[in-house]
Amino acid sequence: MQTVFSIAVDALAYGMVLFVISIGLSVTMGLMRVVNLAHGAFAMIGGYIASYAARDMGLGYGFALMIAVFGTILIAIPIERLLYRRIYGAPELTQVLMTIGITFCIIGIANYVFGPTLKTIPLPSGLRGSVDLGFRSIATHRLFAILCGLAVAAALWYAIEKTAFGVKLRAAVDNAAMAAALGVRTEIVYAVSFAVAVGLAALGGVVGAELLPVEPYYALRYMVTFLVVVSVGGAGSIPGALVACLLLGGIDTAGRYLVPEFGEFFFYLAVIAIVCVFPRGLAGRTR
Amino acid sequence: MKRTILAALAALVMSGTAEADTIKVGVIGPFSGPFALQGKNFKAGIDAYMALNGSKVGDDDIEVIYRDVPQADPAQSKALAQELVVKEGVQYLAGFYFTPDAMAVTPLLEQGNVPLVIMNAATSAIVTKSPLVVRTSFTLWQTSTPIAKVAKDAGVSKVISVVSDYGPGVDAENAFKKGYEAVGGEIVEAIRMPLATNDFSPIMQRIKDSGAEGVFAFLPSGPTTLGFVKAYNENRLKDAGIKLFAPGDLTQESDLPALGEAALGLQTTFHYAVSHDSPENKTFVEAAGKAIGNPAELSFPAVGAYDGMHVIYKMIEATGGEQDAQKAVDAVKGLSWTSPRGPVSIDPESRHIIQNIYLREVAKAEDGSYYNKEIQTFEKQGDPGLAALK
Repeated sequence: MQTVFSIAVDALAYGMVLFVISIGLSVTMGLMRVVNLAHGAFAMIGGYIASYAARDMGLGYGFALMIAVFGTILIAIPIERLLYRRIYGAPELTQVLMTIGITFCIIGIANYVFGPTLKTIPLPSGLRGSVDLGFRSIATHRLFAILCGLAVAAALWYAIEKTAFGVKLRAAVDNAAMAAALGVRTEIVYAVSFAVAVGLAALGGVVGAELLPVEPYYALRYMVTFLVVVSVGGAGSIPGALVACLLLGGIDTAGRYLVPEFGEFFFYLAVIAIVCVFPRGLAGRTR
Repeated sequence: MKRTILAALAALVMSGTAEADTIKVGVIGPFSGPFALQGKNFKAGIDAYMALNGSKVGDDDIEVIYRDVPQADPAQSKALAQELVVKEGVQYLAGFYFTPDAMAVTPLLEQGNVPLVIMNAATSAIVTKSPLVVRTSFTLWQTSTPIAKVAKDAGVSKVISVVSDYGPGVDAENAFKKGYEAVGGEIVEAIRMPLATNDFSPIMQRIKDSGAEGVFAFLPSGPTTLGFVKAYNENRLKDAGIKLFAPGDLTQESDLPALGEAALGLQTTFHYAVSHDSPENKTFVEAAGKAIGNPAELSFPAVGAYDGMHVIYKMIEATGGEQDAQKAVDAVKGLSWTSPRGPVSIDPESRHIIQNIYLREVAKAEDGSYYNKEIQTFEKQGDPGLAALK
């Protein structure tokens, strides 16, 4: 019984880290219909900025986190205006080629500027160490990641479902021409959602850095995992992404605990099974 | 300054004797991509050797030609080696970070009349594939066997082995098992983890549940080691008294700044620590640190490359610059010298390097940086893996 609890705790922590990083991609792919393979690269930029701010400039963790999120958005705005704007509504292949190109450029620049070694983001003393849950201990920063995930999920759900901006965003996504005709400024809506998605990527890059360390190949190394989460959850659906992360985190963790020799076999078996039954993901909308 | 050196070099070249040849050495390694740091270390080791010993052997100029294989890719490695031998006319092949890349090249050596000096690839079997292979790095058997004795001496008699599921990981597991059972220890469980593991918490839980008093771990150096060591601390295995034993890949110098506090006190066995205390190493670290740019990036492939160049220089000396692979290899059999890592020699039979293996502990220097502090020496270790192959 203790083992089951133990696996469940690990699965929850891993799943939430995945969620924080992947949800931004779910927004770009589902709501803006851009296959943004450079998502991991933006997460990596966030990680680098936070690492630089916290380690080299000695700023506090919370402050570094904020700088990382806004710094990444600042970097992303010109990229959105100059590059992404051209591929809204373009065929998927064009989007894939363009964004993978951006990814490689960012990898090269990161390698040149920061070097090929691992970069860490020093944690504040409050997040270091571990907490005793009675039956086992768990690292404090993982609890922090779980809380971040829940907060992000709640805030996004509220913003998309309950606010005026959410209404405009959904309208712009469903029929851009009609929304524009009704006076919705679709470019601004797109730019803001892109900024939010990139900010979430940066947040995930920083919060998840303990599990997925920041180095130049971060952008490619974890890309498949992020894409899997989005396609299993259903692009654009927040509850879908949440369920997908917890499910995949659970399968991955249980698999690693019980039969590590099989590697990622169960993870991908589950992905195949889910995509066979739900071709649009767990909560994907049919068009 | 640069111009003065160039002018001096030009004068040298022009005043040289008419018979002087250029001997080309082809080096294949990962110079771009995720493993670029290791390729950079190759280059730093080679540059350091040539800076300290000159770029001439006798009357012949030495020219090093680099070819890039970013990730383990035997087909590309073979194609590039062929190109180097046929088109560039190299007399020596060297480098090779990954075992499969080196394996793919061995069939070319005899026909091309070219010796191969391996500067890293660490699987025991490579030297058996061709009589023209010499290795100046290490094998996992060589570095993982002594830690078994360390574990037993520390009073640990039940160990769980945890390795990454790929060739070198399996080698490390077998080496430790053999060494540990020989001194009367018991392996309670052997786990092989997928290479792409990000979250090590479930593994740590399994280690706890196994009831072992210690854990033997091998992971390739890089991002995963950080996650592993952190998970080891965060899941309170250290506090529970479960000791961690590993070969030195886990605490590679270039990863130490990131590992930091988490790795403090970790004991590993390896053939080289940048902190090794000897005049030879001091000279080497200075030269190689200058060549690599950022001295914090210096780690073990550099010393393999440095000694590899030494072997190649000796080969060129022995053959007088003529292309004769067999004669060159025969000349370095039994060769012994003092490397930055300590006294080493080439085993005449296996053509693998015999060297000291050191037990090191991660310690904090006065300036706050972390380093591998050597605390025990296992002298003149051969490669036990070759005996196991037979």
